[in-house]
Amino acid sequence: MYTLLTGPFFYLSLGVCIIGMIVRFYRYFTGLSWQLDRVAYKAWPAMGFKGAVRSIYKWLIPYGTYSWRSQPVMAAAFFGFHIGAVCVPLFLTAHNIILKEKLGISWFTLSPSVADVLTWTAVVSLFFLILRRLVLPEVRILTDKKDWGILLITLAPFITGLLARYQVGDYSFWLTAHVLTGEIVLLAIPFTKLSHVFLFFASRAQLGMDFGIKRGGIRGTKMAW
Amino acid sequence: MPEGTLCNKKPVETAEGITTLLADQSGKKYYEEMKKLEVDSDLLWKTIQNTCKSRIRTWLEICAHCGMCADSCFLYLVNGKDPKQVPAYKIQSTLGEIIKRKGKVDNAFMLHTMEVAWSQCTCCNRCGTYCPHGIDTGIMFGYLRGLCYQQGFVPWEMKIGAGMHRVYNAQMDITSEDYVDTFQWMVEESEEEYPGLEVPVDVEGADIMYTVNAREAKHYPEDLAEAAILFHIAGESWTIPSKGWELTSLAMFAGDWAACKMQVQSVYDAMDRLKPKRMVGTECGHAHRATVVEGPYWAGRPDGRPPVESIHYIEWLAEALRTGKLKIDPAKRIKEPCTLQDSCNYVRNHGLREVAREIISYIVEPGYFIEMTPNKEHNFCCGGGGGFNGIGLFRKQRNVGLKCKRDQILATGAKLVIAPCHNCWDAIRDLEEEFEIGIRWSFLKPLIIKMLIVPEHLRPVDEDIEEDMDEDEEE
Repeated sequence: MYTLLTGPFFYLSLGVCIIGMIVRFYRYFTGLSWQLDRVAYKAWPAMGFKGAVRSIYKWLIPYGTYSWRSQPVMAAAFFGFHIGAVCVPLFLTAHNIILKEKLGISWFTLSPSVADVLTWTAVVSLFFLILRRLVLPEVRILTDKKDWGILLITLAPFITGLLARYQVGDYSFWLTAHVLTGEIVLLAIPFTKLSHVFLFFASRAQLGMDFGIKRGGIRGTKMAW
Repeated sequence: MPEGTLCNKKPVETAEGITTLLADQSGKKYYEEMKKLEVDSDLLWKTIQNTCKSRIRTWLEICAHCGMCADSCFLYLVNGKDPKQVPAYKIQSTLGEIIKRKGKVDNAFMLHTMEVAWSQCTCCNRCGTYCPHGIDTGIMFGYLRGLCYQQGFVPWEMKIGAGMHRVYNAQMDITSEDYVDTFQWMVEESEEEYPGLEVPVDVEGADIMYTVNAREAKHYPEDLAEAAILFHIAGESWTIPSKGWELTSLAMFAGDWAACKMQVQSVYDAMDRLKPKRMVGTECGHAHRATVVEGPYWAGRPDGRPPVESIHYIEWLAEALRTGKLKIDPAKRIKEPCTLQDSCNYVRNHGLREVAREIISYIVEPGYFIEMTPNKEHNFCCGGGGGFNGIGLFRKQRNVGLKCKRDQILATGAKLVIAPCHNCWDAIRDLEEEFEIGIRWSFLKPLIIKMLIVPEHLRPVDEDIEEDMDEDEEE
């Protein structure tokens, strides 16, 4: 099972994720229309680029926008989760060993203690986000079954990873479960809301271009839209 | 397919059609007919397939259902934080549902959708700036209104308004002759006080082509005179077009995109005809949005810009004060607590947040200006934007919507609210009527005129004589 998961299934899930997202990116940008969106993308490339970069950058910075600052607790949970969810899968030493072995590439790795802190922060934050979804009426009304599915898919690799890391019970079982759940995430990315992993940049870039080119960019104002 | 005689899928395209609709008081029969209006699901789905592309589809898909947009919406806040007023919910349960069902929705669903589209969103776009994914629900509601309009599910006043643009190229039944006559008559009325005051009509190559809101010609003609006086004193070379003078677009509120195009094209035609250096539009928010920001796209201009540089009245005013074309008598500056209403349509949606404040710095005695909280691009809608002010059917909801602005104004302690936008001006007038909080409200033009230093050569001759006589008497 483990061999299968770290062999063909690994390449399959990674391939589906990457190719799927390339397709989605391509379809997103070719689906933009200056007339339907009412944004002259091509006429003002420099302003559009500036607006897009600004929009992405500001939102990636914790408390970088008025919106983040107006909801500080949510922002803390959001970044607490997302920093871990991006950094740990990419930069964990164990993951890099697999990458080196399978793809012949590896990069910067996190020290084990930093990886622990990030992972635990991510898990705690995710539980906070789940709690928030259960408690706040304005979030509850939006929540559907798919949202719970996504949360479950996202949480699973963290939980199994931690159980394996602390060797609770059967290590090899949790390790196998961890690889499986991780690959499920990769497979789910292009086909579910998890596509936001990449489409976040597309959507933010679009709104940044909209404001940069049309809704005030020409006036030279530096609003963090 | 049951279509009413008044409520149907056809736009109003004749003066008679408008008269007939207007005769149906408050749209009583119109709304009765709407209850039986059939949804053309095939047309709806076909339209969506042709026009709902990656931007909106991605927005609907990747919405994380995080609810961060909730607090950004003034209608959510003033309606007791009703979860049904969360922007994401409002759009997902209407447009999202229509797409999910591939256009197969019934009359009851469309009636509900119309109510949400026109009474639960003013298209202020505030939520768009609070969403981590950059999902602009206001834009989607604009799109949804277009779908509703096509199906005939549009508030009575909006149907009439869009029809007016189709018939008169103005939001009201004012012909070119009416308009020019009114302007000239108002200017004549002020001529005694401002010798040499005139309204140059259809002059080619002027520095400024001035465009207005039809309401000014119909209900507030003094506004026209004030504009003329200010251009006159500033020594501007200006003109008004006899055709293509209407800056506004109720068609935009209605979602009648074809009428939007016809309307804005009439203004652009005037620009092409008169070749002014610039266009200056009156103190109106949505009109600026329609003609300067969105209009170029309706007219199919690939650069997204009007044919000539087009600026808002506050931009011209700030420039005139900055360059000394207009001079303020410091003794006559505003000396009472006052605040400023930032219009969503040209502040959040066109970046003009500092311009109005520059004007304030000239006309308000230091210490008397108090900012609203929040302000500038984060300001809340006045409560009546996006057509909300004008829809009788949703008056109750609109009056609830005004509470947000009421509380913002009360918190400043201001007695005077400067509102350089027709919609905001109306909403603030209505909130004073509704809640009697003891405030006054004003456009900038009348305020500025009261405190201007009129250059000697532009003053009336007999006034000088009177002054001389006064001096003589004192001696």
